[in-house]
Amino acid sequence: MDVYIKGFLIACQGIPTTVWVSLIAIVIGAAFGLLLALCSQTKSKILQVLAKIYVDVVRGTPMLVQALIMAYGVPWLLQSWGTGFKWANLVIPAIIVCGCNSAAYMSEIIRSGIQAVDKGQMEAARSLGMSHGMAMKLIIIPQAIRVILPAFANEFVTLIKETSVLGYVGVIEILRRGQLWNASSFETFPAYIGVALAYMILTIPLSKIINGYERKMARRESAR
Amino acid sequence: MSMIEVKGLCKSFGELEVLRGIDQNVDEGEVLCIVGPSGSGKSTMLRCINRLEEPTGGEIYIDGELITDRNVDQMRTKMGMVFQSFNLFPHKSVIENLTIGPVNVKKEDEGSAKERGMKLLERVGLAEKAEEYPRNLSGGQQQRVAIARALAMDPEVMLFDEPTSALDPEMVGEVLDVMKDLAKDGMTMVVVTHEMGFAKEVADKVIFMDGGVIVEQGTPDEVLSHPKEPRTQDFLSKVLV
Repeated sequence: MDVYIKGFLIACQGIPTTVWVSLIAIVIGAAFGLLLALCSQTKSKILQVLAKIYVDVVRGTPMLVQALIMAYGVPWLLQSWGTGFKWANLVIPAIIVCGCNSAAYMSEIIRSGIQAVDKGQMEAARSLGMSHGMAMKLIIIPQAIRVILPAFANEFVTLIKETSVLGYVGVIEILRRGQLWNASSFETFPAYIGVALAYMILTIPLSKIINGYERKMARRESAR
Repeated sequence: MSMIEVKGLCKSFGELEVLRGIDQNVDEGEVLCIVGPSGSGKSTMLRCINRLEEPTGGEIYIDGELITDRNVDQMRTKMGMVFQSFNLFPHKSVIENLTIGPVNVKKEDEGSAKERGMKLLERVGLAEKAEEYPRNLSGGQQQRVAIARALAMDPEVMLFDEPTSALDPEMVGEVLDVMKDLAKDGMTMVVVTHEMGFAKEVADKVIFMDGGVIVEQGTPDEVLSHPKEPRTQDFLSKVLV
């Protein structure tokens, strides 16, 4: 039994890295995703197409491949151009990749949230003399956020799990901790069970909170 | 001096011509009611006046000033709009619905906007609902708040797009009473409505629209009680059962 507890505790040492990489990435993802969503809603065809291409490329490739390109491919390319570029810490490309990856999914979530807000809301805001941007900021986005909050939190849960690929680009997160311990102790089953449990103590409470929020919203909707 | 001047207004949705050259003036303090069958273009005309629909042709002047793409936001502050489906902001309290426009668009300070907002709520008989959220109000109350919200911008013209069509019958009266009050106070109003009683009582001028043109216009008595055009007679015989 001790060996299982040890495996779990070792995996838990990776939790801080996993959590703060995920947190920074979800913030980047939300901000960049909002920008992408707004681009896809503008009248400018160029911005629409650029946003679409970005989303398609990111969603069409595995995050591990994106991480390898960013962590190793990009420095190689820059060095081949004669610069001495090197990532100061491999956590940096890891965060960039997770943020940019998440942005593609977030933009779709935000876009559907904006579209879920009744068309009359924009008309009412504009009829008061608000510009399109002001109406977005004061009227549409605050209402869209309520709609997308559960999907947003689900994306965070997904992102936490996806960061497990970052071990391959040199970030010592939960999975990597377990792998390293396995390599030195050969306690293979306890090592990976410990890793699984460490992810679960992050993701399951979050999922429960989301379910509670969704039930509360559903009750409020039906009370109207 | 005309408060609203509509000149040669045309609007098409793709192949479909909804307005085929509308000319109409509304004088200051005048109440104009627009009646007609659904699909006649009456709501589209109203929505073109404040550019919720982009006209395909023609010009609209408010208080002598032409509405263009550049000045549209500023021109809209002169026109209050009331929608069939209220369109209150559900994430804002009643009083915030009234202050959000003045504070953000006109840069009025929060305190004085709130003070004016409360006076307007009193005027529509809903001062005690100031801190409520729209979802807790009846349809009639929501529409009265929507009227107060439009008035909070201190408009020169009020546009009403079938303001009572989405209401339960017992709530129509309270909304019409607020509108009658406004008319009495000399507000310039354009009202798209199916309420013939309201039109007869309050309107200075009535226009009957069909097929994207103004078929007949005149005083309420002329258009609604003694229509000359067969199309007007036909429509009225169907609604005034």
